[in-house]
Amino acid sequence: MDVNMDAIVAQTQGFSGNLSDLNHLQRILKQCEELLWAHTVSQLVSSLDQLDPCLHSLGYLYILKAILSAPVSKEEANGLLVTIARFINSCSVEQIRLAPEIFVFICRRFKDQVMSMEAPIRGVAPMLTAVRKLQVSSEKLTALHSDFLLLCVLAKCYKTGMPVLEDDISEVDQPRDFFLYCYYGGMICIGQKHFGKALELLHNVVTAPMSTLNAIAVEAYKKYVLVSLIHLGQFSTSFRKYTSSAAQRNLKNFAPAFLVQDLSDMKTNLFINPLFEQPYLDLADCYGNGNISELETFVQANAEKFESDNNLGLVKQVVSSMYKRNIQRLTQTYLTLSLQDIANTVQLSNAKEAEMYVLQMIEDGDIYAAINQKDGMVRFLEDPEQYKTCGMIEHIDSSIKRIVALSKKMTSMDELMSCDPMYLSKVGREKHRYDFDDFAGAPQRFNF
Amino acid sequence: MEPDEELGQITDEIYANGDENKQRHRPIISGEQLDIEAYAALYSGRTKITRLLFIADRCGNSSMQLEALRMAYDEIKKGENTQLFREVVQKIDGCLSGNYGPDPAWADAVDRRAEMRKEKLENELNAYRTNLIKESIRMGYNDFGDYYYAHGQLGEAFKNYVRTRDYCTTAKHIIHMCLNAILVSIEMGQFTHVTSYVSKAEQSQDALDAVTVAKLRCAAGVANLEAKKYKLAARKFLEVGPELGNNYTEVIAPQDVATYGGLCALASFDRGELKAIIQYSFIDNINFRNFLELVPEIRELIHDFYTSHYASCLEYLGNLKANLMLDIHLHDHVETLYDQIRSKALIQYTHPFVSVDLNMMANAFKTSVAGLEKELEALITDNQIQARIDSHNKILYARHADQRNATFQKVLQTGKEFDRDVRSMLLRANLLKHEYILKTSRKH
Repeated sequence: MDVNMDAIVAQTQGFSGNLSDLNHLQRILKQCEELLWAHTVSQLVSSLDQLDPCLHSLGYLYILKAILSAPVSKEEANGLLVTIARFINSCSVEQIRLAPEIFVFICRRFKDQVMSMEAPIRGVAPMLTAVRKLQVSSEKLTALHSDFLLLCVLAKCYKTGMPVLEDDISEVDQPRDFFLYCYYGGMICIGQKHFGKALELLHNVVTAPMSTLNAIAVEAYKKYVLVSLIHLGQFSTSFRKYTSSAAQRNLKNFAPAFLVQDLSDMKTNLFINPLFEQPYLDLADCYGNGNISELETFVQANAEKFESDNNLGLVKQVVSSMYKRNIQRLTQTYLTLSLQDIANTVQLSNAKEAEMYVLQMIEDGDIYAAINQKDGMVRFLEDPEQYKTCGMIEHIDSSIKRIVALSKKMTSMDELMSCDPMYLSKVGREKHRYDFDDFAGAPQRFNF
Repeated sequence: MEPDEELGQITDEIYANGDENKQRHRPIISGEQLDIEAYAALYSGRTKITRLLFIADRCGNSSMQLEALRMAYDEIKKGENTQLFREVVQKIDGCLSGNYGPDPAWADAVDRRAEMRKEKLENELNAYRTNLIKESIRMGYNDFGDYYYAHGQLGEAFKNYVRTRDYCTTAKHIIHMCLNAILVSIEMGQFTHVTSYVSKAEQSQDALDAVTVAKLRCAAGVANLEAKKYKLAARKFLEVGPELGNNYTEVIAPQDVATYGGLCALASFDRGELKAIIQYSFIDNINFRNFLELVPEIRELIHDFYTSHYASCLEYLGNLKANLMLDIHLHDHVETLYDQIRSKALIQYTHPFVSVDLNMMANAFKTSVAGLEKELEALITDNQIQARIDSHNKILYARHADQRNATFQKVLQTGKEFDRDVRSMLLRANLLKHEYILKTSRKH
């Protein structure tokens, strides 16, 4: 046995030079996989020491997989984490891309370990490296994106997660990865108070094509309602028309009659109770009425429900956004207004609180104003942006370029699609069917 | 002290807003109580009774209430509506001395006569029907309609009037039918019927005489007023010809045409259209002038509004309000119309200025600065006034939208949205593609 282990190590050391060697090595390693499992963890770990994670990444990968396939004891875990982290940092990009599924497996185990040790922050940096190394292009969503973002959320390292979210993802392999990526991404953006971006990500989840409603979409929908209130000040229950019918049906209508009708559908996702969204929609209604005290009583009455969804913090932000929105509305009508008047109009308890809100909003760039503390007046100013600076012109220019590029991409994708034989055959079939129907008249349609 | 006084005078002149003839005699009629006797004399038929009863219900003043009831009682006694008679007697409840008790002998006699008449009408109608004489059948139904109308069974009356339609042979008959239907519908408060029968009557143009046209315009005006289409209502009332005279007192008095039309026009017309009425009524001697002359208060207040004497205009309105609230058609709409007129006055006041001193404006509108601020705030929020309030110095500044900045803002916003939408579209397309591939690969 030891001989075999040594042989694997030796072969790994020998065949890690160029691409053809590596392919050869991968074949050998695949054959030896079962053999590796027969070894104890300590044997495998000791053999790892003979390999260089940078030069012999592929062999290292297979041995690590063998180690992680078995349950890991607590004492070993710590050392192992260090080893994996070091491996992720130093491994060669070319070699791991030869066996991406194994790399993903290892990283996932790594994430599980970190989480079970309740130290998610330890995994954040290695996982970011892993994502970057596995990612072929910035448009590609890897299987590790969602895991990395989950760690960021758990460790509250929102800032670390942001660069990953700024990539324009458009290629997706697994819908599940995509749903989670958007959901966790949305949470990170909420944490960073980038509500626009968060709204976009959550919107993607809710409107993504799906055949049956999934739990991720339901949770995302709840957050979507709240973020939409915070960011846009309104929420419309009507869906864009590209939303999947499954989502439209289950998220929009809550009438009891509807539940009965849809019982057959419900079987597939029994754990989702459509009524869960009801408090959120009621909240949106309440927000729309513009009555702050009503909103606050509603939130208080339903605090438990929001708490159990872990959305209470967000709901509180919704409430405070209403104050802000009301103050913002004042800037449309007033040039100067005393803090006391602001407090009275938006129903804040005193001038001091109003001052805090106004100050906060000035800092956030929500309003342009100056507070005169001497007589307690706020002077609202116009938006100082004159769209004349070089920076602004550059910004516009880059936006135009970006949009041109996007349109080009869309056109090319459209062309690609219209040449796709599978698409054409489907469209052709449907067209044929419709033609037939038109010709034969409606009743035939119901014959089968 | 002197400089202050001088200043006061100057500001006074500014409030007056360009009034050159300050000594103009302006008899402002105080909010005196409605003279019920004079009011009731304007109307005839059933509407007189219902209007009196309406006043009795609404006035909240016992002497006035009893006065109205007494007149209603007298009026009913002239007719045959025993049902209404009993109601009124109940309302009077013995509070009036003299011959205002429940007169059972009269009521029974009327009822008996009515029963007999009904029988007679039925027999006649049956005879006509067997003989199949169209004109007689029409007359028969018409008589039935009249009979039911007189006895207060409006639904039945309406049915019978409408039934005559099948037996109408000339355009005159149709118009007669329409007028009857309109009259009953107005009494019933079914104003959608009114509109439809007015348009039906107007289809037969050649058979319409000037009086009928005027009547139809009034009916359409009332219907539009009740449907809250104030602008249309104003148009209809303005079109009413002077031929109306006292020919339609069973529905509307000429004074009402001026009141309804004037208020609706003030509330809904823009300045240009309003100018047209002013010219109609003061320069050209056309239609509406005659009506306005009947109600000088309305004439004055329209003129005041037009010449921007808002305070006096609003004062007239305030004085009229109590009486207008007692009008059977207008009462529901007084508040809305008043609000609209007031907002229009505020908007017009601020329109020509770059900055307005709120103190002066409050004076011109006879209100407090704080109240004015609230009103202006609502109008600005509604985007009806483009201005901002300097609450510290109590000045209103006009705000001119910066087209350039707004365009930039809009362009950037649109770009952002496009960017976002395209990206999510590409994503969805990819997801769909993925799903499709997944399905086909499963199939094979």
